[in-house]
Amino acid sequence: MTSVEKIPKDQMVVEGLTGDAAIALALKQCDIDVLAAYPITPQTIIVEDFQKFVANGEVKTKVIPVESEHSAMSACVGASAVGARVATATASAGLALMWEILYCAASMRMPIVLTVANRALSAPINIHNDWSDTYGARDSGFIQLYCQSSQEAYDTTIMAFKIAENKDILLPIMVCIDGFILSHNVERVEMLPDQAIKKFLGVRQPFQNLDPDNPITMGPLALTDYYFEFKEQQDEAIKRVPDVFKQVEAEFERMTGRSYGMLETYKTEDAEIILLTHSTPAGTAKVVVDVLRERDEKVGVLRLKMFRPFPSKEVAEAIKHAKAVAVFEKCRSFGSTCNPLALEVMASLYDLKEKPMVTDFVIGLGGRDVPPTTIVEGYEKTKEYLKQGKAPLYETLGVRK
Amino acid sequence: MKKYNEIPMAGNIIEPGNSKEYKTGGWRAKRPVHNDETCLWIRNGTCGKCWIYCPDNAVRLIEKDGKYFYEYDYDYCKGCGICANECPTQSIKMESE
Ligand code: SF4
Ligand code: SF4
Repeated sequence: MTSVEKIPKDQMVVEGLTGDAAIALALKQCDIDVLAAYPITPQTIIVEDFQKFVANGEVKTKVIPVESEHSAMSACVGASAVGARVATATASAGLALMWEILYCAASMRMPIVLTVANRALSAPINIHNDWSDTYGARDSGFIQLYCQSSQEAYDTTIMAFKIAENKDILLPIMVCIDGFILSHNVERVEMLPDQAIKKFLGVRQPFQNLDPDNPITMGPLALTDYYFEFKEQQDEAIKRVPDVFKQVEAEFERMTGRSYGMLETYKTEDAEIILLTHSTPAGTAKVVVDVLRERDEKVGVLRLKMFRPFPSKEVAEAIKHAKAVAVFEKCRSFGSTCNPLALEVMASLYDLKEKPMVTDFVIGLGGRDVPPTTIVEGYEKTKEYLKQGKAPLYETLGVRK
Repeated sequence: MKKYNEIPMAGNIIEPGNSKEYKTGGWRAKRPVHNDETCLWIRNGTCGKCWIYCPDNAVRLIEKDGKYFYEYDYDYCKGCGICANECPTQSIKMESE
């Protein structure tokens, strides 16, 4: 582990940045070797800004402007295979077009950082935010981290390389921000000096890489006799993520004073109802909780940061004392019992003898606004269901019906 | 067979050329049988299309003391029949094992 020191405040640069711009600057400071990407709203600013850094000679990165996202992820896998530090960015249909290669990147153990500005999937065509895109990719083998602020997007992008490139992990990682709501909104961001990030990350030390002097083959055939064993390796690797995540965050905290955890609890200690969500709705939920607390309502928020691997033990520990947990998620898993986030929460609680009631609210599809009143509505419904002792498996909020 | 933690990460092949250890001959349901009489290689050392097309380098064209010999390496011949298909003189017949 490298030894990092606390960076004095006067060495930090403070700027107003959109989520996308914050990520672009983080990528610049992480000194990536290769960026292969195809433009798609609302991620576009990330790659546009980065291209400016290249054009101005501020970075030595090789940018590969490919013809599709399938090629973007393929180029990333190739570059990562030779040992480069690699990043890309996408959203929605772009992520969908990467699908096949997402699995290759994870299975081939390529520590690629994929930043995603979460956006709804077609049809109808919609450029606004929900989580259907990355939730769909939840079984691809990528680590998934969701951010609530531009500062967190900046910090998480930097930490992402250190987590992904750790020799015990070697897995690709998605850093997700809510499209437009965070990707295009300006917030205060405190930026580290280049030198500090250089010291924090170091140069990528590939475990095995393509090298003409020591030829190896990557991604070959494995059939009934060995395929299953490679999946076992991959599963072991993703299970090691929480430990490495904690180490990396502890180091980052020493340098910046900031840390986020795999999950964040807000006024949950004595809460009878816990609102569980992530990304930008978590910010709204905290404001709602502040107001409800003034009316003596015992309510708190669990804001998840890490969705893959899902920190089941920690989530269960943080919510088990509550009477009910109201899950708010921007995705409908069509045909499923409930939806991806609630499924994980319910499964995490399964072993408990006494467990809170779980309500699941699908919100904000296609960027439908999620005002505080939507969160309050979910809270009030949950209170009502508690009284009745029974809740529907899931329901939609904020849709005309 | 080896356990998951005894094999290279992600199925990487870290010893180049180790496909030699994989004997594809075990796949063979039909074996090529060669007819020296009509084969152009045996007659005048030409053709060699079977050697060019065989995906497993299982055709051996041998030249010794000005004479031409022909054989298959059945450790690797997987019986695909490409050689028989390509042969311009129908000198190769595929026969059930
Ligand atoms: S049958 Fe196929 S593998 Fe066997 S010698 Fe002919 S071409 Fe080669
Ligand atoms: S292709 Fe036929 S004729 Fe040509 S060398 Fe092979 S067996 Fe002989």
